[in-house]
Amino acid sequence: MAELNLLEAINQAIDEAMAADERVYIIGEDVGYRGGVFRVTDGLINKYGEKRVIDSPLAESIIVGSSIGAALYGMRPIAEMQFADFIFPAFNQILSEAARMRYRSNNEWNVPMVIRAPYGGGIHGALYHSQSIEAFFTHIPGLKVVAPSTPYDAKALLLASIADPDPVLFLEHKKCYRLIKGYVPDAPYTVRIGEADVVREGDDISVIAYGLMRHYAVEAAETLASEGISVEVVDLRTLTPLDKTTVLNSVKKTGKALIVYEDNEFCGYGAEIAALIAQEAFEYLDGPVQRLGGLDIPAMPYSAPLENEFMPTPQKIADRLRDLAAF
Amino acid sequence: MKQERDQTHLLEMYRLMRLARSLDERMWQLNRQGKAPFVISCQGHEAAQVGAALALRAGHDWVVPYYRDLGVVLTMGMTPREVMLALMAKAEDPNSGGRQMPAHYSHRKLNIVSHSSPTGTQVPHAVGIGLAAQMRGDDIVVWTAYGEGTSSQGDVHEAMNLAGVMKLPVIFFCENNGYAISVPQRKQMGVENVADRAAGYGFPGVVVDGTNVLEVHEATMAAVERARRGDGPTLIEAKCVRLTAHSSDDNDRTYRTAEDLKAMKAQDPVVKFETYLTSEGILDDATKTKILNEIKEAVNDATKYAEAAPLPDPATVKRYVFAE
Repeated sequence: MAELNLLEAINQAIDEAMAADERVYIIGEDVGYRGGVFRVTDGLINKYGEKRVIDSPLAESIIVGSSIGAALYGMRPIAEMQFADFIFPAFNQILSEAARMRYRSNNEWNVPMVIRAPYGGGIHGALYHSQSIEAFFTHIPGLKVVAPSTPYDAKALLLASIADPDPVLFLEHKKCYRLIKGYVPDAPYTVRIGEADVVREGDDISVIAYGLMRHYAVEAAETLASEGISVEVVDLRTLTPLDKTTVLNSVKKTGKALIVYEDNEFCGYGAEIAALIAQEAFEYLDGPVQRLGGLDIPAMPYSAPLENEFMPTPQKIADRLRDLAAF
Repeated sequence: MKQERDQTHLLEMYRLMRLARSLDERMWQLNRQGKAPFVISCQGHEAAQVGAALALRAGHDWVVPYYRDLGVVLTMGMTPREVMLALMAKAEDPNSGGRQMPAHYSHRKLNIVSHSSPTGTQVPHAVGIGLAAQMRGDDIVVWTAYGEGTSSQGDVHEAMNLAGVMKLPVIFFCENNGYAISVPQRKQMGVENVADRAAGYGFPGVVVDGTNVLEVHEATMAAVERARRGDGPTLIEAKCVRLTAHSSDDNDRTYRTAEDLKAMKAQDPVVKFETYLTSEGILDDATKTKILNEIKEAVNDATKYAEAAPLPDPATVKRYVFAE
């Protein structure tokens, strides 16, 4: 049992996967001797060499597109996007190719590939180093989207993603990389893709969140506990396929729901959760289903007061919870 | 002995080109009869396709084709029945089980990789297959094709760049028929030859007459040898002719003149090769009749078989989004 931060847990997962399976390799910008701009792949090139830790040219579509080809040939590529904000040149490869290969070939071909992408704000990354991209990708059937928030979950879910026979977009929240620490067992353990986690039990309101917002939600829940409001927090961990049962069970218990996400609120991932609750737990509700997302402006500005205005914070979450509790 | 072997080889080339042409013509007939909603043609590309594909080791090398490559997939081992099953979107179609439009080829057992409709997206896959083979030390060659229109896509550039950096065993095969649907080459690029661009990626670019099967074959053999030696990729540009509209939904009379089509028809690769073989004394009337009869039979059989084959069950529409 070692205490690791999120980044170290991810590094450990890649290392273990590469040690166990020669088909696993990593390709991306600066993943070699630099170890990635966040140092997630630190040390791997010395251990596994340039053939399995590939510094690619600066071109996202070929990072993903070549990984698709290699996966078709039987490899298990891990394609790193330097920032989630830069994934869009590869969007066509992910949408039209990776996610559709199995379906369009009537199960003849499949693409066992992981695309890792550091996402999220609150790190002074401005418009193009802060975005949450999940709404674009959770809309794609044939692609799994995983977004862990703790080192424990991140390590196991990355290993599960690498072992998965279908393409997985693995979202790593940049602010969690070094901020979030936790114990990770030395012995093998598993967390399955598609299982949410009730990380804090409560009776009055359910908060559904993922990534950094899961931690902010827990912080808000603790504040509200001292005010006599009992908040349950569900960490989705996997965005697609969605663990509907855990979400619905929580809301059926508490009767109220606040969905928190960092992406632009309009048409964001939380809208799907709200629709699910409205459709399948309507008769259990004691208040309107609420969402708290990022502002509906093109993206997160750089300057600190502007950035803070964009982000949902523990305070903003607590305020919304108080309103909902009073409803 | 060698001469006999060469003659057999040449006649096989001819047979495959003729088969591709006959199947293609039958598909248009079926389209006009209302039995096939969509056809996209290989007519005019047969020499380029058969000449190139015969340079590969079927079942060993990998092929990442595009929608015109009927001649390629037949050469790699796809049967006329399998082609017709795709045309009629039947359940048994090995390309996609009737899920994709016709001519979106795929055949796992033959190492023919599934491709989509956005152009050029398949080219990075070929590079990834080459990369994987290089990592594993396999001596395969990956052959991928696209039209000169697609050569404008960023994916093609990104793919050739990485292949050049890593010296991957990939052959980029551009079938240049002068038109991207309706847009002539002069509006698509500032260079005379697509192959000129290879210099920018650090590997050879070769221009061949795509209506001359022997010239294409020789150039592809050289590229295959180069790739197998570990010397890296080659870009081959085959100057082809397009003898039909872009597809069965297109009307090429709206953008090209009768003279243009007439000039292209004068370069018909199947006719050219037939004339050559006849003048060389390799193809006599009896042999030709025998080959044509066998092809006619195969095309008839494929049509009949596919027409009788069952359509997909609507209950299967949700299957294979993920592993089951």
